[in-house]
Amino acid sequence: MHYNFNWPVVWRNFDRLWDGLLLGLAIAVVALAIGCLIGILLAMCRESRLRVLRIPATIFVEVMRNTPLLLLVFFFYFGLPELGFTAFNNVETFAATLALYAGAYLTEIFRGGLAAIPVAYVEAGKAIGLTAPQRLRYVILPVLFRIVLPSLSSALISLFKDTALAAAIGVQELTFGARWVNLNTYQILETWTVTAAMYLVASYIIAFGLRQVERRYAMVR
Amino acid sequence: MDISAIMQEIYTARWTLWGGLLTTLEISAIAISAGTLAGVMIGIGLAYGPLVLRLVLRGYVDLVRGIPSLVLIFFCFYGTALLGLNLSAFAAGVFALGLFCAAHIGELTRGAVQSIPQAQTDAAKSIGLGFWRRLVYAILPQALRRVLPGWVNIAAEIVKGSTLLSLIGVVELLLATQQAIARTFLILEFYLALIVVFFIINFAISRAGALLERRMAYVRF
Repeated sequence: MHYNFNWPVVWRNFDRLWDGLLLGLAIAVVALAIGCLIGILLAMCRESRLRVLRIPATIFVEVMRNTPLLLLVFFFYFGLPELGFTAFNNVETFAATLALYAGAYLTEIFRGGLAAIPVAYVEAGKAIGLTAPQRLRYVILPVLFRIVLPSLSSALISLFKDTALAAAIGVQELTFGARWVNLNTYQILETWTVTAAMYLVASYIIAFGLRQVERRYAMVR
Repeated sequence: MDISAIMQEIYTARWTLWGGLLTTLEISAIAISAGTLAGVMIGIGLAYGPLVLRLVLRGYVDLVRGIPSLVLIFFCFYGTALLGLNLSAFAAGVFALGLFCAAHIGELTRGAVQSIPQAQTDAAKSIGLGFWRRLVYAILPQALRRVLPGWVNIAAEIVKGSTLLSLIGVVELLLATQQAIARTFLILEFYLALIVVFFIINFAISRAGALLERRMAYVRF
């Protein structure tokens, strides 16, 4: 079996891959940010004593967590226009889907985090006369954020890897670019090696950067 | 469209969908069982192997865990042809999912094996067991119990990941559904039905896992 390596072909198309990488990162960050809001809200709903909040939140989380992301992407991208939602393009639809998916996963993380907040902190907040919203703002959320920070960084990395699925609905991210280069040049090994390396390096850089943040905000126990 | 007409369309598409379901289950079963076997061996290699083996396995595990599974699938699909292997899309996809599964199970097994207290190894040594017998009679029975919760998650991940094979043209449940949609244009209805099916499969897996975990829970360290 003879194979001619031809790396320049990939470098010539490198801007396509690079732009794809940046788009994927942007989508992942947006999805994580919106997902955090959804996650905190749903975590509180799931811990709520009110059944009207708890049951829908539980159903949403379980369904999202047990459904393949690709199916959700197709469902929202092809299904929503049926109901009259035509305002979103493919990038926005994918980001929204990923945000909902992230929200469901983060709900469980935030639930764990809420359970890990020492009761004494909340009681201390009560003792100095903070109202419930103030306790949330000044006691619960800051502590919660520090507890779940390591989980958030791994969530960001896995969301970044999930952005590869956006290629299926024509979002021009890294995997889409790689497939384009692959199909147009047939330099299969070079293309996918470079792509895999870009995913790896990006993930390691994110992981490294976030570890610095974690160290900065580490909980003092 | 009323519900009976929708049921009628689903009934008409029943053989397409049934074939897709069987393919999905087949992909998942092969990838999970092969991946688990390979993964346990990788885990043992990571925990006890000589340095060179450890480095090679570590590179493999980190590579596969660091890139999106979709990239791995494309790499196997396009790449195996280069090696002179004439694999079908099905075989290439299952191979990729198996690699993915093996890397995750490997990391899981390594963690579990190393979490078994040193005293267990010492005790096994003191009654004269060699390395392999120590492994088989003392370490693995305990370690594999600890692997179980993570294993269930990975199995569910693989079932969900099997939908990615639709992107390389394997007619599994998602692609079969899309074929039915292409004929009927019942986008929301079919995708919703599919979400229910995946929910049932994965929910069954996680329930079965929880049950197994409870049955295994009699061993405490």
